[in-house]
Amino acid sequence: MLLIYCPYCKQYRDEEEFSYAGEAHIKRPQNPLAISDESWGNYLFFRKNPSDVHHEMWNHSSGCRQFFNVARDMITYEIKETYCISESPKIEKYKK
Amino acid sequence: MSGCNINRLEPLNVAGESTVINFKFNSKKYRGYKGDTLASALIANKVDVVGRSFKFSRPRGIVGHWSEEPNAIVQVGSGAGTVPNLKATQVELYEGLEAKSVNGWPTVNFDFMSLVGVFEKLMPPGFYYKTFMYPGRFWMLYEKYIRKAAGLGKVPVDSDPDYYDKENHHCDILVVGSGPSGMIAALEAGLSGADVIIADDQSEMGGSLLYSNHSLEGKSGFNWAKLLENKISSLKNVTVINRCTVFGYYDHNFLTMIERCNDHISVTSKSGPRQKLHRVRAKRVILATGAFERPLVFANNDIPGVMIASSVSAYINRYKVLPGASLVLCTNNDYAYKTAIDWKSEGNNRITIVDTRRAVKSELINQAKALGIKIIYGHGVTEAKGKKRVQAALISPLSANGSELIGGSTEIVCDVIATSGGWSAAVHLNSQTGVKPVWNRNIISFTPGKTNETQVSIGACNGSFNLIDCIQEGSEAGALMSKNLGFGKGKPKEKIALDKSENEHPTQPIFCIPHQKPSIKGLKQFVDQQLDVTAGSIELAAKEGFESVEHVKRYTALGFGTDQGKLGNVNGMAILANALNKSIEETGTTMFRPAYTPTTFGAIAGRDVKVLFDPIRYTPMHEWHKKHTKEFENVGQWRRPWYFPKVSEGMEQAVARECLAVRNKVGILDASTLGKIDVKGKDALEFLNRVYTNDFTSLTPGRCRYGLMLKEDGMIFDDGVCACIDKNHYLIHTTTGGAANVLSWLEMWKQTEWPELEVFLTSVTDVWATATISGPESRKVISKICRDIDFSDDNFKFMHLKHGTVAGIEARIFRISFTGELSFEINVPSRYGLYIWSKLIDAGDEFGITPYGTEAMHVLRAEKGFIIVGQDTDGSMSPSDMGLSWIVKEGKKFSFLGERSLHRSDLLRSDRKQFVGLLSNDSKTHVPEGSQIVTSKKKKFPMKMEGHVTSSYAHGSLGYPIALAVVENGHQRLGETVFSPQADGSFVDLKIVSPVFYDSKGERSNV
Repeated sequence: MLLIYCPYCKQYRDEEEFSYAGEAHIKRPQNPLAISDESWGNYLFFRKNPSDVHHEMWNHSSGCRQFFNVARDMITYEIKETYCISESPKIEKYKK
Repeated sequence: MSGCNINRLEPLNVAGESTVINFKFNSKKYRGYKGDTLASALIANKVDVVGRSFKFSRPRGIVGHWSEEPNAIVQVGSGAGTVPNLKATQVELYEGLEAKSVNGWPTVNFDFMSLVGVFEKLMPPGFYYKTFMYPGRFWMLYEKYIRKAAGLGKVPVDSDPDYYDKENHHCDILVVGSGPSGMIAALEAGLSGADVIIADDQSEMGGSLLYSNHSLEGKSGFNWAKLLENKISSLKNVTVINRCTVFGYYDHNFLTMIERCNDHISVTSKSGPRQKLHRVRAKRVILATGAFERPLVFANNDIPGVMIASSVSAYINRYKVLPGASLVLCTNNDYAYKTAIDWKSEGNNRITIVDTRRAVKSELINQAKALGIKIIYGHGVTEAKGKKRVQAALISPLSANGSELIGGSTEIVCDVIATSGGWSAAVHLNSQTGVKPVWNRNIISFTPGKTNETQVSIGACNGSFNLIDCIQEGSEAGALMSKNLGFGKGKPKEKIALDKSENEHPTQPIFCIPHQKPSIKGLKQFVDQQLDVTAGSIELAAKEGFESVEHVKRYTALGFGTDQGKLGNVNGMAILANALNKSIEETGTTMFRPAYTPTTFGAIAGRDVKVLFDPIRYTPMHEWHKKHTKEFENVGQWRRPWYFPKVSEGMEQAVARECLAVRNKVGILDASTLGKIDVKGKDALEFLNRVYTNDFTSLTPGRCRYGLMLKEDGMIFDDGVCACIDKNHYLIHTTTGGAANVLSWLEMWKQTEWPELEVFLTSVTDVWATATISGPESRKVISKICRDIDFSDDNFKFMHLKHGTVAGIEARIFRISFTGELSFEINVPSRYGLYIWSKLIDAGDEFGITPYGTEAMHVLRAEKGFIIVGQDTDGSMSPSDMGLSWIVKEGKKFSFLGERSLHRSDLLRSDRKQFVGLLSNDSKTHVPEGSQIVTSKKKKFPMKMEGHVTSSYAHGSLGYPIALAVVENGHQRLGETVFSPQADGSFVDLKIVSPVFYDSKGERSNV
């Protein structure tokens, strides 16, 4: 049961208040109609599953309803940092 | 009641009083004392056989004294409050307690299964996969028989008469276990000022000090513990919770524990919750969970009277019960000598210590020698003799490393064989955090793996089996963990004058004592008594090619019982390692998962049962509905009227009547549950154009439009009417069940992808109450009570909205239709919902206004071919599949969500399932929803399924059944006859038709 710091509420709150919202930093293609099926397919379906830090979105659904980013170690579930949608992560890769 | 308490040394004394307690076991009456467990009282009353084994139905006695007990599994109480599968060693005795063995038929002393004997040969390891494999269809029969034979306890049939509570805690330090190391850690942490919780599964603090004859600072261990307990209890910042098992250790120091509040109190004097689930988020966790003594494995080691050495001590010292008349103690370590000394101190001289080691020297051994206890070195107990009670032990000389016998056997008459194979650290909770335990060959135990700095294991669960070390580690950890959190300076405050550690002779790494015959062929050497796993079956598994410890565990069922292999696991792994010719480090161990001990579902549910399980949402008109129908339908959390039957009407007649009323006169529906999201802001229109397939640019104030939302994969996600209330102000309607999801989805796009858009989304579902009047007379009804709107078709057109005053209340009226008839949806602030509803009913009386429920609503929309997202679609249907291409506006300035996917090759296939109507050829047969569609009645099963029925209604306004379906290439197959196979082997003949069964030109809503 994760303890998650909401960067908007500025509080540690229980996982029960949040819902997972998928991989973070996926940019919607600027002009979808102009790109190939393959590129669109990659955007649509392919997701990372690193044995490392994963950057993902969470929604404080039973709290402030804001979406934000979480950098979470997929092995230990340790949360390295949480940050607002408009921000960049401090840690890109955890392992060498 | 002659012969009662014959093994009792002296009456048991709790707080200066000894209270006699009457109880029943397997229907016989016994007496025990307050302070007894069911197990200690049974031993006192010389009850040898307490159960039968799982597979072989062998008679079994009590082995341990706490949660490690594999055999004494009992069912306590009767009726609705009965509890199955409790360990007699953990059941505190109370007046009137009634318990039964869970195994054994007809009785534990005469078991039919064991008499038959054939079962043994049928049940090698992996017998599920071998013996009962063929023929496959017999498995159901086998399973029934196996389950009956295996027979753990019975769950009560009636609902639980007790209630349960939950409590949440946030603390600085949670100490798990109140043995010597846990107690001292909690005291140090408490003295530093930290907020501490200490939980232990026993009824009082003290752990091993409750029964071991140690002396500390000139006091008995027991008295020393009591003193420490008083100090801890006097600290206001320390919460002590006894009878509380920490059973789960989850991420980020979240732990769950169950407190048994009144399981130890007689039924008549109980009050409050039966158990309480504590949910603890701790900044630091100190694990002081102790260790389990390992039994030694030898032939027939399951005969009642074979026990764990420290458990024998516990019965003597804590419960004042001597478990027999003569003792053989088999050990590979010094510590177990204490048991012989405890036995001796009760004035019983019939003791033989059989030590597997040679040339051993230590203070404890000298002490035993000085007491005149007979010790035989270099020997092991190879076999127990007896049937329902041990009668003798066979011992043989062992080679130096204990792997072979080097001489013949000698028989020693005895009725208790106590064994000690060393100690296994209770690493369970540490391992639950995802850490693999590490084998430590010096102490012959797994020890906690490396973990993060917010958790520490101390004392015996850290592999420190010496009491002095335990206390030192506890005191340091308590001070250090507090300092980490800013309490104290990290130096222990409590000074304890500890003696020097006694020197010990090393424990010998021996787990299974060899027998004259090999394990696979010889007598059974039990490793896991609860599931009848033997050394032979583990060796057989290794021979059959199982090498991974995880596979062997599943193949043999080692450690699968309710005791989770607390006694058997390490022995099993050692035997496997030996059979594979590997070290224990190489074979490794299995991981531990929650729950540490069996956990009551009731406690996990707590108060979240029955009406509190999930909130129920009622509309503002619910009071009226309650007076007019008993038939409600749950839609998400909403409770909506299903239909309104008149006296002597069934559902069919009521629904048909309601439908006809709407078609011919006027009906009224409570549509308040429909999801409503208010969209405001200068970019509201742009936002809507991006998330809807429609182009809303021409949607001017006062107009409504039906819209469709897709997910990025091009599949239909939600639909509903969007109304333009004003410039930069829209109201969108969602499906009743999907409102929360839609809001969250829209918020995600707004917040993450398009933060530059100025748009505000607010859920207003509960703000408005909605009454829909529908039918040719609806205009007359609304005109009667709303005078400030001209309802003529010229002024108030279809798909428009107007603001007006209805019966004195300001209202929004939408002229939209889900029935196909002339309809008005009247929205007022919720608090006026009931009022407006009543006014409309009154106004409609002269026109025969008929309230209709969700069923008629569904039928009426199906007759018009209007879809319900989530019923007619399933997340794999595109707009064109559903015949909705007409509202997809491609080539908008901004490519709307899902647009690109509409061009994916998969969405362009011609054989996609498409939305159609179905009519049965005989105009009578109703085809059930979910039925499959095939093209032939003659082909063999399995045949190609070409589609399925999504909605189907037997009764409506048309007088014949109709169905909606999705069928491969259905749009091109109108007029074709298809078939639907039914469970009874029959077929329904169906004709594919347009999904619009009624008023296909849409004239009736436009009048």
